[in-house]
Amino acid sequence: MRPKLTLLSDEIITRILEEAYELLRCPAVKVQNEEARDLLAAAGAKLYPENQVVGIPAALVQRALESVPREFYLYDYDGNPTVHYGGDDVHFDPGSSGIAILNPDTLEHETTETEHLICLLKVAEQLPQYDAQSTAVICHDVPKDIQDSYRLYLALLYSKKPIVTGAFTNKTVQEMIDMLAVFAGGMEAAREKPRAIFDVCPAPPLIWSNFGAGNLIALARAGIPAEIVSVPLAGAAAPVTMLGTVTQHTAEVLAGITIHQLAKPGAPIVWGGAAAIFDMRKGATPMGAVETAMLDCSYAQVAKTLNMPTHTYLGATDSKLVDAQAGLESGISAMVGALSGINMISGSGMLDFLACHSAEKLVLDAEGIAMAKRLIGGVKQHTDTLATGFYDEKINFKGGDFLKQKITMKLFREEQHLPSSVIDRDSTRVWKEAGSLDAFGRAKLRVKELLASYSQPELDPDQITHLHSYMLDLAKKAGLEELPRLEDLEIV
Amino acid sequence: MSDELEKLFKEMAQSIIDGDSDISVELAKKSIEMGVPPLDAITKGFVVGVNYIGDQFGAGEAFLPELVMAGEAMKAAVATLEPELIKLGEAREIMGRVVLATVEGDIHEIGKTLVGTMLSASGFEVVDLGVDQPADKIIGKALEINADLIGMSALLTTTMVRQREVIEELDKEGLRPRIKVMVGGAPITRDWATKIKADGTSEDAVGAVQLAKQLVGKE
Repeated sequence: MRPKLTLLSDEIITRILEEAYELLRCPAVKVQNEEARDLLAAAGAKLYPENQVVGIPAALVQRALESVPREFYLYDYDGNPTVHYGGDDVHFDPGSSGIAILNPDTLEHETTETEHLICLLKVAEQLPQYDAQSTAVICHDVPKDIQDSYRLYLALLYSKKPIVTGAFTNKTVQEMIDMLAVFAGGMEAAREKPRAIFDVCPAPPLIWSNFGAGNLIALARAGIPAEIVSVPLAGAAAPVTMLGTVTQHTAEVLAGITIHQLAKPGAPIVWGGAAAIFDMRKGATPMGAVETAMLDCSYAQVAKTLNMPTHTYLGATDSKLVDAQAGLESGISAMVGALSGINMISGSGMLDFLACHSAEKLVLDAEGIAMAKRLIGGVKQHTDTLATGFYDEKINFKGGDFLKQKITMKLFREEQHLPSSVIDRDSTRVWKEAGSLDAFGRAKLRVKELLASYSQPELDPDQITHLHSYMLDLAKKAGLEELPRLEDLEIV
Repeated sequence: MSDELEKLFKEMAQSIIDGDSDISVELAKKSIEMGVPPLDAITKGFVVGVNYIGDQFGAGEAFLPELVMAGEAMKAAVATLEPELIKLGEAREIMGRVVLATVEGDIHEIGKTLVGTMLSASGFEVVDLGVDQPADKIIGKALEINADLIGMSALLTTTMVRQREVIEELDKEGLRPRIKVMVGGAPITRDWATKIKADGTSEDAVGAVQLAKQLVGKE
C-alpha cells in the first residue's frame, strides 16, 4: 500500500473548480500577449480590449482539457524515457535560476558564473535521487541576452539527464527550442523524444504576461513540453485563505492550458507551481513554510482530479546556510511533495527563498529525497508468510540469527535505504576520528568526492560542434566574441 | 597452475563472496575428488573471498549480511575439508585460539557473534561462550583450551565495567601477557580499553580480525 497525503475533500475540489471557472469569467484574466488574446477571442472568449482582459468561458477550458495529454516522458541523452509526467510518479530535480551560490568555505553568497553552474551539474549528474537536471543558476559572466540559452547549453554539455529549464523572453524561448533541435539533429527528433521541459510563469493574480503567454504558444507549436509555474502568494498576490489561493492557482493554470492548447491541441503541458504564503512580518515568500507545502499538496490534488501531470517547488529552504533549518524545511517539504504524488518536485539545493544554490545542500537533500522515496515505496510483503517462514531449524534464539539468513542478504537492500556518508551513523569514536564533522562538513567532503569522480558524458562530437557554434553565434549577436572557456571540455 | 585449478579457486572465492554455503561446500567436495591439497583450497580459494568481502566491508561497499554469509560459507567449506586435512595429517595453520563471551549481566551478542564468525573464517579457533558469562567461566575456558586471546563484549555502560574485572582477575593469576584481551561493544572507546589495560579494541568485526592477528603476532 502506497502512503498518500491528501488535504482536500472531493466536495471542496468540486467547489474549487467551480469557483475557478467563475474567476475565469469574472474578473477574468489579463492576457498581455496579443496573439494569445487573438487565439482566445477567435475561440469564443470575451475580449475587453480597453484593459487586455479576457473572459474565458468554461466550455473553452473544457475543450482544452480534452485535448491535453495526460502523460508524457522526458528522455535522457541516450533516448531512454527517464522522467514520467503522469499518474503518481515522483521525480526530483534541483531548483532553477538561482542568482547566487553558497561558498562552502567563506559561507558568502557569491554571484554565480559559469563555473558554479558546471559544479552543480556535475554533482547532480551523479546523484541518482535527481531524475532530471535543472538550469540551476544564472551565469553572470555572459550577457543578459543569452543568460537563459547559455544555461541550457551547459546542461546539454555536462549532463545526460533530462533538463528542467525556462526562457526569459519570447525571443530566447525560440532560440532555446532551436538549440534543442540543433542538438537532437532536427525539430522532429527534439519533439519525438523531448529532452527538456520549460517552466512558464503566469503573474499573480490572474495575469498571463506577454512573455508568459508567448512562451506557452511557442512551446506548444514546437511540441516541446511546458510546465506552468503559477506563483500565487497567499495574503498578498492571492487570497489569504489556502482554499482561495488554490482556487486562484487553478484559474491561472486553466487559463494557461487553454491558451496553450489553442495554439496546438495535444501539446504536452504540466500543472505546476511555486505557490507560497506571504510572510506577514518580513514580507517574504517562505518556500520552507509548511503552509507552502500544504498549498502545493492541495493544488496537486486538484490537478489529479483532472488527471493532469503535476509539478511543484518544494525541498528548498529560506535559511542562508546549510544548517538545521535547511535540513528540516527541505526534508519535511520534500516528504510532503512525495506523499502528494507530484511528478516533478523542483527546489533541492536552494537556500534563501530560491535565490541561492548550494552543491553541499544538493547532496544533503539527496538523502532527504531518498527517505521520501523510500517512504512512498511503502511497506511491502516480500514473503508468503509474514514471519513464521523465517524461523527455521537454525534459529538459536540469538540476536544475530537473522543476519545469517540468505533472505536477509537478498532483501535488505530493498527494505532499507542505504544512505551515503553524508548521513552519520557512526559510533562516537569513529565520528570523532573522522574529524567530528556536522552534516554540512560531511556534505562538503562528499561534494569534493563527486567533483573528483565526475566524468564527462560521452556525446557525439558533431553534436557538440553544432551546439557550440549555435551558442557562439548567439553570443556574438549579444556582443560577446568568445564564450567562457570550459576548462575540462574540448570543443573542436 | 592449471586453468582448471585456477577456475576452481576463482569459483571458491566467488562462493564466499556470494555467501553461498551450498556452493562452497560443493566446491570443497569437488576439490577433494580432484585431489587438490585441502590447504591450497583454503588459502588459494576460499580465503581470497573472505579477504575480498572484508576489504569491501571496510570500504563501506559490503554490508553486514554479506559479511556474515561469507563467514558462514567459509566455515561450511572448512568443515567439509577438515576430515581430509586430518586424514592427510595436515593441519590448517591455526592463527590462534580465542574465547569469546558477552560479560556477566549483559545479553547482547550480535556484534560478538559477528566477530566470532569472522575470526573463524580467518583461521582462528573460536569458542563462543555466549552471553552473561562471569569472569571465572571465561578464564576457566581460556585455560582449558590454552587460549591466546579472550574477546569480551558489552553493550551497556553498566556492564562494561565487568570487562575490567576479568582483566584484573587475569592479572592477579599472572596469565597476562600470555593471554591477550580484546574488548568491544557499542560504548567501548579506545580510552576505555587503555584505561582497563585491555590489549586492544576494534570498531567492527573486520577490524577485530586484524587486531586479533596483530595480538597473536601473525600480521
